[in-house]
Amino acid sequence: MNSPDPGEIFRTEAQELLEQLEQALLDLETAPEDGELISSAFRALHTLKGSGAMFGFDAAARFAHGLENAFDLVRKGKVAASGALIGVALSAKDHLRLLIERPEEASSDESARILANLAKTIGAAGTAETAAATDEGADGATQGETSSATYRIQIRFPEDVMDNGTNPLLLIGELQDLGTCTVSPLTERVPPLDDIKPSACYVGWDVVLTTEKPRSAIEEVFIFVLDDMDLRVEKVEETSKRLGEILVERGDTPPDAVLTALSNQQRLGEILVKDGAASKERVASALAEQRHLTAAAAQAPQKAQPLQDSIKVPAERLDNLMDRVGELVIAQARLREIATASQDLALKVVAEEIERLASELRDNTMGIRMVPIGSLFGRFRRLVRDLSRELGKKVQLFTSGEETELDKTMIERLNDPMIHLIRNCIDHGLERPDVRTQAGKLQEGRVELSAVHSGAQVIISIKDDGKGLDRTRIRARAEEMGYLAPGAKVTDNELFQVIFQPGFSTSREVTNVSGRGVGMDVVKRTIEGLRGAIEINSTEGHGTEITLKLPLTLAIIDGLLVRVGLGRYVIPLSMVEECVELTPEQNLRAKNRNFLSIRGELVPFLRLRDMFNVTADAEPFPKVVIVSAGDLRVGLLVDQVIGDHQTVIKTLTKLHADVETFSGATILGDGSVALILDIDHLIDFGRAQEERLKAS
Amino acid sequence: MRRENGKDLEVLTFGLEGEVFAVEAESVREILDLVSVTDVPNSRPFVSGLINVRGKIVPLADLHIRFGMAPFNQSVDTRVVVIEVPLAGEPTTVGIIADKVFEVTNLIDASIEEAPDIGLKWRREFISGIGKRAEDFVIVLDMERIFAMGDTETVAQAEAAAKNHS
Repeated sequence: MNSPDPGEIFRTEAQELLEQLEQALLDLETAPEDGELISSAFRALHTLKGSGAMFGFDAAARFAHGLENAFDLVRKGKVAASGALIGVALSAKDHLRLLIERPEEASSDESARILANLAKTIGAAGTAETAAATDEGADGATQGETSSATYRIQIRFPEDVMDNGTNPLLLIGELQDLGTCTVSPLTERVPPLDDIKPSACYVGWDVVLTTEKPRSAIEEVFIFVLDDMDLRVEKVEETSKRLGEILVERGDTPPDAVLTALSNQQRLGEILVKDGAASKERVASALAEQRHLTAAAAQAPQKAQPLQDSIKVPAERLDNLMDRVGELVIAQARLREIATASQDLALKVVAEEIERLASELRDNTMGIRMVPIGSLFGRFRRLVRDLSRELGKKVQLFTSGEETELDKTMIERLNDPMIHLIRNCIDHGLERPDVRTQAGKLQEGRVELSAVHSGAQVIISIKDDGKGLDRTRIRARAEEMGYLAPGAKVTDNELFQVIFQPGFSTSREVTNVSGRGVGMDVVKRTIEGLRGAIEINSTEGHGTEITLKLPLTLAIIDGLLVRVGLGRYVIPLSMVEECVELTPEQNLRAKNRNFLSIRGELVPFLRLRDMFNVTADAEPFPKVVIVSAGDLRVGLLVDQVIGDHQTVIKTLTKLHADVETFSGATILGDGSVALILDIDHLIDFGRAQEERLKAS
Repeated sequence: MRRENGKDLEVLTFGLEGEVFAVEAESVREILDLVSVTDVPNSRPFVSGLINVRGKIVPLADLHIRFGMAPFNQSVDTRVVVIEVPLAGEPTTVGIIADKVFEVTNLIDASIEEAPDIGLKWRREFISGIGKRAEDFVIVLDMERIFAMGDTETVAQAEAAAKNHS
């Protein structure tokens, strides 16, 4: 295996970082004060700069450096993350992507222009610092690489410190902002109540601070009182220490007093207090330090952990793994068949064990390929933002169910259709702000993306609160284009399906966003290519909801193996509700009306033998497999139900593209091929066939 | 078909109802015995089956139907020639049924001639050339066209469809 191109590694990494940056920027638009977001943007830029320089993407690294400096100012609170700044930063991010992905196309003038723009936005104060920081060059890179350290800070103020307007508690508060802090007050100097001067400060503090900031940052906190006070800052090792060691190190207790105390069996702290070798408070403070250090030491390896927890693997290797697992599952099915036919108990045991392992391996492998859909939703935030500006509409995007997992390939292939649907939502669905106000709606339109698991399916919905689909217009256009007979009675869903016809558009104006009637047919084809279905619901004046129903994975499904004539077929188990037997009497009675009564409910059924033109002898006791397709429950009359089958899905070639009743094929244990039924299309086909029979 | 580079054409020859046909050897992947074929209900009769070629599901085509002969009858000599043809730009593995497979042989470039306008009972579009082998004629097939075209459409229609596709 050849080692991958290092430039490619960087590009992959950069892609993620740029996404992180974009997310942070977009979030900052709504929460400009959020320090965590600012840090996230800053970290992304910092890493981009560092790795860019390391992999020889110098132009990108320099550009990232300029951006990073700007964000450093934001991070330090010197510049606010204004809308204008974020706008520039977003364009800068796009330019940075270009610099990384297609450096030959990026002009250095553009880099300079964006940086100048950025400097202008930040304002005069920022400019000087950005420029100064740029001069530092490589120095800036090393400065950023601080790791955390723990300091012991002993603070003793003079009694009159508050006379000058210094508030010790604010200073302590500033220290706490620097990092993880354990503060222990020392009240031993507090006199009896009668002697207390209310304006005097009697309290001293011991602080243990773990911070990424340099030592100078600690001293900066006390800069105005430093001359009058007693401040000791020492760096301490982040290891668990014994109390005695700490007390001695801090000079609170002479070493021999500790040794004496240690020879006793009592708790050290108590002894030291009793002996008067250390005040109770100082021991308490030292104990607090001990706890802080133990916690810090425990934290350190935990911080390092996430790095080792995940590894990056090229998607191709995962695909290969999935293929191998698929073959294993097929081989295992063969083994099961042999074991079932054999009398050898030992073989049966092994076969069962391998079946269990193969099934677990299959689930695990599929699990590896699962990616939360949030990564897909995230990409659309920028799209919505840009579209809303371009079209002059106010849009807010809501997402839910980001954690819903879906096969990686599926996520990739959903990208384009989703973009198309969201565009339609904003362009056609949502009204202009003034129209919305007139209709009594909020000016700001809503677009909701949601994802949820439902059995072996994932349901993704794209919903807006716009004007909804115009039934009259769609109908008129559909009749005009000949997709619908004039005056024909159709359900809403049937009417809306017309939208997916190639070239269909009711839009009077063609914008450069949508309205050309290109695309919805492509959306439908893509979704069906993923073995999914697409549904539209719309209430006039209240909005439209488009629902995509997709299988969890494209690779392997649980299926029910049935026999029709000599052929064997797989029905996706997720669609199967139950199996019932059709008695000869029922069969006879059902000659002209293919209905069954299942617990009082009328269920139509399709005779697969007729649909597949089977001539082989029929079973005297055929079975009906009840499947659910949408709201519809339909029975499929088969000759025999063989049993469950782990189905490795293989797609059919273009030569069979005209046969829609099958979504794919699979290889059975004996090496023969079985077709996988596409229930929705099968029902359509059955319906069409019945129509033909009625007509003739 | 005139071969521009003037090299000999390496072909695999096989029999269908006593006629000798040939496919370019370059496109042949393997030759298999015919084992269980799965029918695809409601598909075109010409490609009505699926076979398992070492873990891959491959459509099985019966050229008999393409050439207006009676559907194949399995005999001891029946073989499946697995070939790779471009279908709408995608290389696709397809099995074709041969009543008998003869040999891999070189057709001398100069001996390959274009199919004549008359004297053939098959559609000319399917034939890329006619070569001579000893005293016999060998009909070299244009597999891409055979698979690209519908049952009734003409070459022009098929090519237009292919263009729309890409």
